[in-house]
Amino acid sequence: MTTARTVLTIAALTLREASRRRVLLALAVLTVLLLALSGWGFSRLAAESTLTSGETRLAASQILNLVMFGFSLIAALGTAFLAGPTLSGETESGIALSVLARPIRRSAFLLGKWLGLVVFGSGFVVLAGLAQCLIVRWTVDYWPPQPAAALALLAAQTIVLLTLSLLLSTVISPMASGVVAVGLFGATWVAGVVGGIGEALGNDGVARVGTVSRMLLPTDGLWRGAMHAFQDPSVFTSFGEEMAGFPFLSEAPLTATYLAWAALWVAMVWGVAAASFLRKDM
Amino acid sequence: MTVADPTAVGNDAAHRAAAHLVADLPPAPAVWCSALRKRYGSRPAVDDVSLEVGRGEVVGLLGPNGAGKTTVIKMLLGLVHPDAGEVMLLGRPAADPAARARVGYLPELFRYQPWLSAAEVLTLHVRLSGVGVPAREQRDCLSLVGLAERAGDRVGGFSKGMQQRLGLAVALVARPELVILDEPTSALDPLGRADVRDIVLELKSRDVAVLLNSHLIGEVERVCDRVVMLDRGRVAAEGTLLELLGQREVRLQLTDLSPAAEARLAATGDVEQAGDWFTVALPAADDRTAVPDLVRDLVALGARVYAVEPARISLEDRLLGILREGSVSRSGGDR
Repeated sequence: MTTARTVLTIAALTLREASRRRVLLALAVLTVLLLALSGWGFSRLAAESTLTSGETRLAASQILNLVMFGFSLIAALGTAFLAGPTLSGETESGIALSVLARPIRRSAFLLGKWLGLVVFGSGFVVLAGLAQCLIVRWTVDYWPPQPAAALALLAAQTIVLLTLSLLLSTVISPMASGVVAVGLFGATWVAGVVGGIGEALGNDGVARVGTVSRMLLPTDGLWRGAMHAFQDPSVFTSFGEEMAGFPFLSEAPLTATYLAWAALWVAMVWGVAAASFLRKDM
Repeated sequence: MTVADPTAVGNDAAHRAAAHLVADLPPAPAVWCSALRKRYGSRPAVDDVSLEVGRGEVVGLLGPNGAGKTTVIKMLLGLVHPDAGEVMLLGRPAADPAARARVGYLPELFRYQPWLSAAEVLTLHVRLSGVGVPAREQRDCLSLVGLAERAGDRVGGFSKGMQQRLGLAVALVARPELVILDEPTSALDPLGRADVRDIVLELKSRDVAVLLNSHLIGEVERVCDRVVMLDRGRVAAEGTLLELLGQREVRLQLTDLSPAAEARLAATGDVEQAGDWFTVALPAADDRTAVPDLVRDLVALGARVYAVEPARISLEDRLLGILREGSVSRSGGDR
């Protein structure tokens, strides 16, 4: 009971920090900007193009995935740079001293921080993603086949990255943890694209780059699952080979095994973060 | 069945007797730690430190920079993990976070969430401590440290002194039975220091134990019942002020001293003379009659007495003496 209260208190504190430090405001401004730009782009696509309806759906699928990638990038940057300061920043500045001297377990403190960041990051991705889907429906009359699954996978991707930056922030400085987490996120995405090209060319060695990187850091794998749920299922049947390896289309849905691996990955990384944080001298 | 009943009754009586025995025990000390050790790399920061703070007792932790005072405090609070040793807080092993439920702490590095207001910081700490403290009591705590006017202001806009005052309120807000203050006056002006002194004395009057780490020896001397001196991670000396400062002296300004009067002075204790000022060491077992007796006898022996001043070795002198002795014996040992 007391542990649950601690977790909820710290989670609420983390959310309050995000809103008071204007992180929320900055995210909202960026999101509105991106939504407005994409809304304008989609409305032009519908009004000025001479594409067939199939081509329009293909274009809408791709652009929707592209914009969603923008959101996942904002969420990744936002949570990675929030997770770093909130933990190692507090231990460095001394804010954590008086808090951890209270009758609370460090693991409960860490879980509270993580939970607050999860609510914040997933909340942002789901709300912004939903708004984007509505804009696309309104402008080009396209509705993704599995919007709920897609948004959940985007949220999962954010959770993976923030768990990683939480782990990093228990061992390195706040700024370094943000930079490393975002760097790894970018590297995994590039590795995923390289792997996709390898698959399209039938080169197994190059294709393996993507597979291995998706296992090491599941952000790119989850992102591909989300893309698949956003895009029009007829894309590959009508355009087939010529779209293979394109970075903003995904050929296959995620397997349950991969989802289980992603969940296990989060649990393991959280466990390592907790072990590292528990042993830390303040 | 008939056999089992008498033993059951016997057991019951034994349990009750044991319960009485435990209930009659004095409460466990506020702080008890034994043989604490901590190394940072190859450098020992704390080496075999044991100390105790009784209920309602004010204990000062003294020592030069790098003596390990803050590390000891952090080990007591579970913020730093000791390499060896045991800690009990208010009768519970410190490994259990619940042992800290009634402990207030002002860290040496005092920083509080800059995006919260002073009142919100207190509410957060009350919630984390698990003690139900009504809002009015929290406000009283802020006014005690002189921050009543700034309760609604963001901590980010506070000066260092105000943040330290807030830290004091945080340490006091959850009805502590033990308060650990690490350099509580480092950022305060003389008025603030006097406030801290009053607060410590007020805690003592309410039987709240205080462990006070401070560089300001005068501060420690005024409020502490007992002092523990650390030097290079070890306890160099400890005891009550009387035990540590022990020897008392009296300074007398005298003229017309006859040989008999000089003999009378020497009979009291060691005498040091500077002009017409005489410093006489008083016997350890002085029942407060030595000085009036001496003055009466000197006057009877024809000496003229201009001044009689009690003198005491200051805590500062004693501390410096202990530290110098320590460094001399160490350099002797190194050779």
